[in-house]
Amino acid sequence: MKSLIFLAGIGVIALLSEVFRFRKWVFPLMLLGLIGAMASAVYDWNAPAHHFFNNMLVFDNMAIAFTLVMCFTFFLWLIGSRADFEEHTHITDTLSLSAFALTGAMMMASYGNLVMLFLGIETLSIPLYVLAGSRKNSLNSNEAALKYFLMGSFATGFLLMGIALVYGVTGAFHVHTIADYVKTMNGQYPPMFYLGVVLIFCAMAFKVSAVPFHFWAPDVYTGAPTQVTALMSTVVKTAAFAAFFRLFNTCFAQVGGTWLILAEVLAVLTLLVGNITALVQENVKRMLAYSSIAHAGYLMLGILSISLPSAANGNAILFYTLAYSLGGVLAFSVLYLVSESTQSDHAEAFRGLFRRNPFLAVSLSIALFSLAGIPPMAGFFGKYYLFVNAIHSGHIWVVLVAVLASLVGVWYYLRLMATLFAKGGDELGAVAVPMAQRIVIWTCLVGLLALGLFPNALVQILS
Amino acid sequence: MLTALLIALPLVASLFLFAIPGNGSRNLAVGVSALQLLITLALVFTAGSPAAPKYVLDLPWIPSLGIHFHVGMDGISLVLVLLTNLLVPFILLSSGAESARPSSFYALTLLMQSALVGVFTAQDGFLFYIFWELALLPIWFIVMMWSSGENARTPLKFFVYTLTGSLLMLVGLVVVYLHTPGAHSFDLQVLCATGSHLSAETQSWVFWLLFLAFAIKMPIFPLHTWQPDTYTEAPVQGTMLLSGIMLKMGTYGVMRWLLPVVPLGAAQWSALAIGLAVTGIVYGACIALVQTDFKRLIAYSSISHVGLMAAGLMAANVQAFQGALFQMVSHGISVFCLFYIIDRIEARTGTRELSALGGVRSQAPGFAAIFLVVTLGAVALPLTNGFVGEFLLLAGLYQWSAAATAVAGLTVVLGAVYMLRAYQRTMLGEAGKSTGIFAELSSHERLVLYPMVALIIALGVYPKPLLDISAPAVEQLLSLVHPR
Repeated sequence: MKSLIFLAGIGVIALLSEVFRFRKWVFPLMLLGLIGAMASAVYDWNAPAHHFFNNMLVFDNMAIAFTLVMCFTFFLWLIGSRADFEEHTHITDTLSLSAFALTGAMMMASYGNLVMLFLGIETLSIPLYVLAGSRKNSLNSNEAALKYFLMGSFATGFLLMGIALVYGVTGAFHVHTIADYVKTMNGQYPPMFYLGVVLIFCAMAFKVSAVPFHFWAPDVYTGAPTQVTALMSTVVKTAAFAAFFRLFNTCFAQVGGTWLILAEVLAVLTLLVGNITALVQENVKRMLAYSSIAHAGYLMLGILSISLPSAANGNAILFYTLAYSLGGVLAFSVLYLVSESTQSDHAEAFRGLFRRNPFLAVSLSIALFSLAGIPPMAGFFGKYYLFVNAIHSGHIWVVLVAVLASLVGVWYYLRLMATLFAKGGDELGAVAVPMAQRIVIWTCLVGLLALGLFPNALVQILS
Repeated sequence: MLTALLIALPLVASLFLFAIPGNGSRNLAVGVSALQLLITLALVFTAGSPAAPKYVLDLPWIPSLGIHFHVGMDGISLVLVLLTNLLVPFILLSSGAESARPSSFYALTLLMQSALVGVFTAQDGFLFYIFWELALLPIWFIVMMWSSGENARTPLKFFVYTLTGSLLMLVGLVVVYLHTPGAHSFDLQVLCATGSHLSAETQSWVFWLLFLAFAIKMPIFPLHTWQPDTYTEAPVQGTMLLSGIMLKMGTYGVMRWLLPVVPLGAAQWSALAIGLAVTGIVYGACIALVQTDFKRLIAYSSISHVGLMAAGLMAANVQAFQGALFQMVSHGISVFCLFYIIDRIEARTGTRELSALGGVRSQAPGFAAIFLVVTLGAVALPLTNGFVGEFLLLAGLYQWSAAATAVAGLTVVLGAVYMLRAYQRTMLGEAGKSTGIFAELSSHERLVLYPMVALIIALGVYPKPLLDISAPAVEQLLSLVHPR
C-alpha cells in the first residue's frame, strides 16, 4: 500500500515541479521514490494486515511480488530513457505520466474489487495513450496514440459490460464475494454470468494483446517512441497478466469449461500468429512487437494451468514476466542505441554490430537467447516452468504447439543474432553507449544470467 | 568431485579467454586441454571399471523442483569423457594460427568441451538437458562465424533442427518427471524406475519424444538433412567437434536416457528404429559413393557409420553396446584424422575436389602412408580400430535379426569402396591439376597425426583395455533395459 502512495505522490510532485521550478530535481526524486516504493513493498512482505479500504486493495504476497517486478523494470527503464525524454519531450510531463501509469499498473496487481481493477486499467492506459503520442511531430507516433486510444476504449467497453453482467448475477464487485458465489453455486450459473466472464476474458485478452485481439499491438509498438514501446511491452504486459491471473485464479477457476476452451484456442492462436508473423518482419522494432505478442502466448499457458495451486502457477508467471522484462528492456535499449546511431530500425542496421560494438552485440545476443528460451538464460527457465505447469494440468497438446512455436521464435531471434556477427556493415559506424545505458544493460545481463543459473531463489517465492 | 573439476576447468579457461583475449590464447587453450587429458587418463587408470557412477558430486540446485547438480562417471561415461578430452587438445592443436579472432575460437571450443563432459556425466535429467543445449551454443557460433560457405541459413537450419529434437526430449523427460513420486525428481535412477513402470502406451509416445532428439543429433535417416551442409560448410575444427564428439551425444543419449527410461516403448519401436538406421547405413554409403567433394564424402560416410551404431544400440545386447561404445571412440579418432588430412590437402592445393587431386604418393610418401593407415581404419580392416567396433556391432545386431545384419554389413563393403576410391583418386595415379607440388608432412602435422595413427593401430591390435572399462557398466545398464 505504501508503495502505491509513494508512486502516486511522485506523480503529483513531478507535475508540480513545473510550477514551482525544481525541474532539475524531478528525476533524482523519482528514482528515490521508486527505491522507497520497492523498499516498502519488501517491508510489507508477509505482513498480516494487507487489506485496505474495505478490501478494495489487497496487498498479499502475490501483489507485492508483481509490484516489485514492475517497479524494478520501471526503474531500469527510467534510467535508460531519461536522456531521450529530455531531448524530445517535456521531461516533467513525461515523468509524471509514466509515474501515474506505474501507479495504475500496481493497482492492477493488487485490486480486491472489480472497480479497482477498472480504475487501475484506466490509470495505466490513459497516460500511455499520451506517452505513445509524445513525439508530436511524428506521424507514426500520432497514429499509434490514436489507435491505442480507440482500441483501448473498445476493450474498456468489453470490460465494463462484463463487470456489469457479473455484478448483475452475483450482486458484488468484491473479488472474494464473487469467488464465494462461484463456489456456492457449484456449476449452476445463469447464462448472463457466463457471458460476463467471457466478456471480461476478452477484455483482458485485449490488454495482453492475445490473438485475435492483437491488431492494435504491432502498429502501436512500432509507431510509439522506442522507449515507450519498451515500457509497454514489459511493465504493461506484466501488469496485464498480473491482473488477468489474479481475477481468473481467484474468481473463475471453478467456472472452467467456457473460458478455458477459449483460453486454449487463444493461447494456440497467439503462439502461432505471434511467432510466425514475427518471422517475416524486416524491421526489428516490429519484430519485437510481434514477438511480444508471442510471449503473451507463452504466458497464456499460465492462465491455462489454473487448476494447479495458485502459488505454483503464480510463481511461473512471475518468473516469466521478470525474465521477459529484463530481456525486453535490454533488447529495446540496444535497439534504441543502434537506431539512434543509424536512424533505422531495420535489421540491416544491426549488420556487423559485433565489430562496431562488441559489448552491445554480446549483450543483445544474451537478451535474444533469453527471449528465445535457450539455457542457461533466465528466459529458458521461465518457459520451462510454464510448460511443466501446463503439462501438469493436462494441456500437453498446447505445450507441444508452444514448443513448435518457440522453435519459430528461435529462428527469428537467431537470424537477427547472425546478422550481428555477419560480415559487412562497417560503414554504419561505431555505436556509442552512454553511461546510463551501460548501467541498464549490465543490470539486465547480471539478472538474466543469475536468474537462469540460480532460479531457486524465485521458484517458490509465493508459497 | 573430480567430475565437476573436468567440467569446471575448461569452462573457467574459456571464460578467461573471452574476457582477456591475447596472443597466448592458443598456448593456454592447448595447455588446459592437455591438463584435462592428463586428469582424465589418471581417472581412467584409478577408476578401474566402475559399474556405478564414481567421482560423484551431488548438490541441490533447484531442490524445490527436484533438480540437482548431480554428476558422476561410470564406465560408459568414462569412455566418452576420455574420447572428448582426447580429441579436444588435438583439435585445438590442429587449428592454424591463420583464423580470425583465434582466442574466441579457442574459448568456444573449451566451452564446448565443458558442456560435452557435462552431457556425458550428468545424472540428472534437467542438468543433462542444460548441458545438451549448452553444447549447441558454442558449436553454432563456430559454424556461423568461421563458416566457409556463403549460405547464411545453414548454421541456422542446423541450430533449429537440433533444437527441435531437444525441446521434444525435454517434454518427454518432463512427462516422466511428472510421474515420479512425491515432490518429483529428475534423478536418473528415479526417472528409470518411474519410466519403466509407465503404461506401454505412454512409454510408446515418450519414446518418440526422446528418440527424435537423439536421432536428429546422430543423425539417423531421414532426419539427417541438416548434416551434410553443416559438416561441409563448418570450419574443419567445427566439423571435427561435430562428427568426432557431438554425434556421440546422440548415441550416448540412446544408451543412457532412452532405453533404460522407456524400455517397453523401445521394445515396441525397435524394429522401426533399426529399419531406419539400416536404411541410413546404405543410403549414406551410396551417396558417399558419388561425392566429388572429399569433405562431403566423409560427411555422408558419417551417416552410414552412425547408422550402424544406432542399429546396434537399439538391438540392446552386450556385444552391440560394447561395440557401439568402442566404435564411438574409434569413429571419433578416424574422422578426426580424415578431416585433418582433408584440411591439409586443401591447405596445400586449395581444393577438396577428388578430380583435381592425385599422385600425391610419389611426392609425399609419408603423407600417403599415414593417410593409408587412417583409410584402412575407416574401412574396418582387421587389426585397425574400426574393425573391432563394427565386428562387435554386427555380431550384436545378428542376435536381433540376421536379415538386418546382412544389410548393415554393406557398410563395410561400401565403405571400402568409397574410401579406397577416394584414396586412389587423391594419392595414387597421375598428378592432378592441383597437386603439381605437394609438400611432405610438416613437424606440426606429424605431432597431430602420429599419436592418432598410433591409437588407430593400438586399439585394433589390443582393444581389451578400452572394452574392459565399460564392461560392468554395460551389464548394469542392460539389466535396466531388460528387466526380469
